[in-house]
Amino acid sequence: MIIGLDVGGTHTDVVLLGNNGLMREIKVTTDSSDLFQTVLGGLEKITEGIEPAEISRVVLSTTLTTNAIVQEKNPQVGMIVSGGPGIDPELFRTNEHYFTVSGCMDHRGRETEPVNESDIRKIADTLKKEKIRNVGIVGKFSARNPAHELRIYEIIKDSFGKVFFGHQVSGHLNFPRRIATTYLNATVRPIHKEFFEAVRKSLEEKGLTVPIHILKADGGTMSLESSIDFPGQSILSGPAASVMGAIGFATDKDDALVLDIGGTTTDIALLVKGVPVLEPLGIRLGNYKTLIRSLKTRSIGLGGDSVVRVKDGKLEVGPDRVGPAMAYGGTFPTPTDALFVLRMVEDGDREKSVKGIETIAKALDMSSETVASHIFDHVCGKILTEARDMTDRINSKPVYTVHELQEGYQVKPKEILVLGGPAPYFAERFEALSDFSVSVVPRWKVANAIGAALARTTCEVTLFADTQQGIAASPEENFSETVDKNFSKEKAIRKADELLKQKALQSGAASIDDLETEVIEDLEFNMVHGFYTAGKNIRVKVQVKPGLIFDAGCLLDA
Amino acid sequence: MLTAKNKTGLVFFPAFDWAISPTHPEREERLLYTRDQVFEEGLFDIEGITELKADFARAQDVERVHFCIPDVWEVTTESHFISAGGAKTVGMAVLDKQVEKGFALVRPPGHHAMRMVHGARGFCNINIEAVMIEFLRAAYGVDRVAIVDTDCHHGDGTQDIYWHDPDTLFISIHQDGRTLYPGSGFINELGGPNAAGTTINIPLPPSTSEEGFLYTIRNMVLPILDDFKPDLIINSAGQDNHYSDPITNMNFSAQGYAELTSLLKADIAVLEGGYSIEGALPYVNVGIILAMAGIDYSNVKEPDYDPDRIRQSSEVSSYIEDVGEDVMEVWQQREEIKAERQGKKKFDERPRRIYYDTDGITERQNETIRICSDCGGALRIDSSSDRRGRVLAIHIPIKACKACREVGHEWYDSANTENFETVLLQDRPEDVLRVKELRS
Ligand SMILES: [Zn+2]
Ligand SMILES: [Zn+2]
Repeated sequence: MIIGLDVGGTHTDVVLLGNNGLMREIKVTTDSSDLFQTVLGGLEKITEGIEPAEISRVVLSTTLTTNAIVQEKNPQVGMIVSGGPGIDPELFRTNEHYFTVSGCMDHRGRETEPVNESDIRKIADTLKKEKIRNVGIVGKFSARNPAHELRIYEIIKDSFGKVFFGHQVSGHLNFPRRIATTYLNATVRPIHKEFFEAVRKSLEEKGLTVPIHILKADGGTMSLESSIDFPGQSILSGPAASVMGAIGFATDKDDALVLDIGGTTTDIALLVKGVPVLEPLGIRLGNYKTLIRSLKTRSIGLGGDSVVRVKDGKLEVGPDRVGPAMAYGGTFPTPTDALFVLRMVEDGDREKSVKGIETIAKALDMSSETVASHIFDHVCGKILTEARDMTDRINSKPVYTVHELQEGYQVKPKEILVLGGPAPYFAERFEALSDFSVSVVPRWKVANAIGAALARTTCEVTLFADTQQGIAASPEENFSETVDKNFSKEKAIRKADELLKQKALQSGAASIDDLETEVIEDLEFNMVHGFYTAGKNIRVKVQVKPGLIFDAGCLLDA
Repeated sequence: MLTAKNKTGLVFFPAFDWAISPTHPEREERLLYTRDQVFEEGLFDIEGITELKADFARAQDVERVHFCIPDVWEVTTESHFISAGGAKTVGMAVLDKQVEKGFALVRPPGHHAMRMVHGARGFCNINIEAVMIEFLRAAYGVDRVAIVDTDCHHGDGTQDIYWHDPDTLFISIHQDGRTLYPGSGFINELGGPNAAGTTINIPLPPSTSEEGFLYTIRNMVLPILDDFKPDLIINSAGQDNHYSDPITNMNFSAQGYAELTSLLKADIAVLEGGYSIEGALPYVNVGIILAMAGIDYSNVKEPDYDPDRIRQSSEVSSYIEDVGEDVMEVWQQREEIKAERQGKKKFDERPRRIYYDTDGITERQNETIRICSDCGGALRIDSSSDRRGRVLAIHIPIKACKACREVGHEWYDSANTENFETVLLQDRPEDVLRVKELRS
């Protein structure tokens, strides 16, 4: 049996899946001041009366690290950043104890300026005096050559706790994001570590010694153990949980939109032939643009509990939420109240909804029913517009080869999958308002927790080779070897694939059999000096596609 | 968070799968390290810098500018359509006010491509700036345009296309033609009789460094732009003046290019040449992008940058001052020169031989321009090459006066297809290309 748990802003959804499908589903209220109790309470409740030995896997999607970052409750860390020529790295400052140092690598990973060791020692002394435990070290082009980051580590390693390296967060080239990502990993580590070790301990005390996996923003999982060194990967996993809950019901022939209608927001995602679209570089959280792999999702401030009001004679919905719908004791009319007026929902106090919607109706000089219907159309129409807008933006992403521009795949979603509380009502209206074929994801209220439960381990590996310098390397994986002139793109792909599978196993994949891997970049250039070919420059990127460990359809159709 | 002062749009199209030949300077690898540097600096994440996807240019966009022999498809590849299309995308973004400034970081380049195209010259097949400008004129009614070509080679193609156009100011700053391909671009090349003075050539001596280039911008280019008052300034941003460029002899730097960019304040920049692909382009392009966007570029330097090592000699400085005096004298006397060149003539002729070095084709031209004080004048080119038969190409300018339109049509209608394999008419007021062929 598998447990999936997804912490949301108001509710935490927990499911128990067995061989014959969904066995249990529960919702508990999220206590954001004590997430530990929320998670543990949810796990206790779902396993009541279940033999611990029968549970084989637990997957958790929490808002712990996201909240810590947004609320700036992060402990102080030290950052040592070497930039070299270019934009002044001071402009990428992440925190108080942030030091820019000399030392520089160029775009091919060749040293152009050495590290100044005495400067590093001085910084280490300062950080020690400030009682800093964890440190991040980031160099420009360290994804090409991590030598400087490692050299700095050698100098300071005895004085600090955990040291985070820029070259380990991603193989992508983006220095400012590498800095931000390293910082986030370093700063959320204590919170993340303490929390999940406590979760593990509590479960063990109950006899549950199963592998615990953490859901990531890219819709994949990683083991609790590997998450301790990359805690930043756990941010913003919520939208990914929903997408993973939907993909089991999407066709692999066409493209589709996934709409998760929540209380405060609606999250939109895109599937290309059943596979979710990823952010090209990484997720953005507040002011932090990162290299944390993530599904491309767009969150808009429109949901069942968005405040409805009239402004300058015009209807306005959201983006704020003040409380629940009036039918459930709230103080402002909401789209959910409109559903009550339209008699689409019945399990609340309709009178209160009518009262709320009437104030809007009066201001617009319409009947309550007409206004309720307007409100609903307004919300559905806006969500559809945003979804089309997101599709257009994905289609206008630049490409860099003649071939890609000519053959460029255009995403054309034909289908919409809807999940979240009010999914069935919205689905009906989406279909009426558009040409999409619309369906509701089975178990739409807890599909997110099911998605978390079934998500496979994902990862990505970047490998580059420079046969003139005689190296093939993947600094992110601590891999580097010498190669001769005959090293080729094909060999690079094979090597990268090997590293990828190794990484997936280390990150908690049960076996390499259910990993769907793909090559996402393969470039090979002749490097010409004068009029002679001096070597080859090869860049390869491979990934495990986000997907499910087994077919959700056969689990849930029953 | 880092924010651009000027909203800037970039088309980045490195054409990673296109080369003239595997070891040619214009090959797949050319913008590879530039991409690495631009990505690593995180330029596309800066608030106010937007990456735009290149559109394909259409055949019509090319035919508005060029006479392609035998046709557009024969003298271009897809990559040329994307390169010109990328420039067009940037131009539209600026004219639509989606961004304030735009930079088309595209290849292959275009500034050696002339109005007649029998093949490739100096790595160029079609003139991507001209394709963009003429599109913007047709679609947005842009009138006065200034092109400042800062490539190390004389922009002879752009010069040819705008030779007779009084509404396009073409300024080329380049290494003296006596020392570098294509061997032209002297001060006395100042435009045809109807547009005398709106072609300006500033030949600089080898070893010109930051000081000389910036002197040229401050003391020649900016005052001339001030007088001309263009609606749009285009920079043909070649980067082969760099001290590390393998095929030229200048001493310019990333800092210099960035400062030039912030002085020039071009609305649109289009990449031209530049073949020091590891040592120069990554830094020069970052410098140009930051300068356009109005972001501090003072720390953008080549790893081996040493201003003392590349500083120009006092001889070079005083030589450039002399060039400046000659250039400004021509500019100030442009009306007199124009009157003198027009004289009482009805037509003026210009016989030429053009060599297409990249493709090894020789063309003979005889150009006839109608002398006109009301417009750029009807233009007639009688062209033949060692590959194909004789062609007659007629151009009626977009703002042609009635008389020039009539002359252009008369030339076209009366042209005998027994003498010419093809007769072409670029009717710009109607925005069409008309074609008559012998065997059809
Ligand atoms: Zn050039
Ligand atoms: Zn005229």
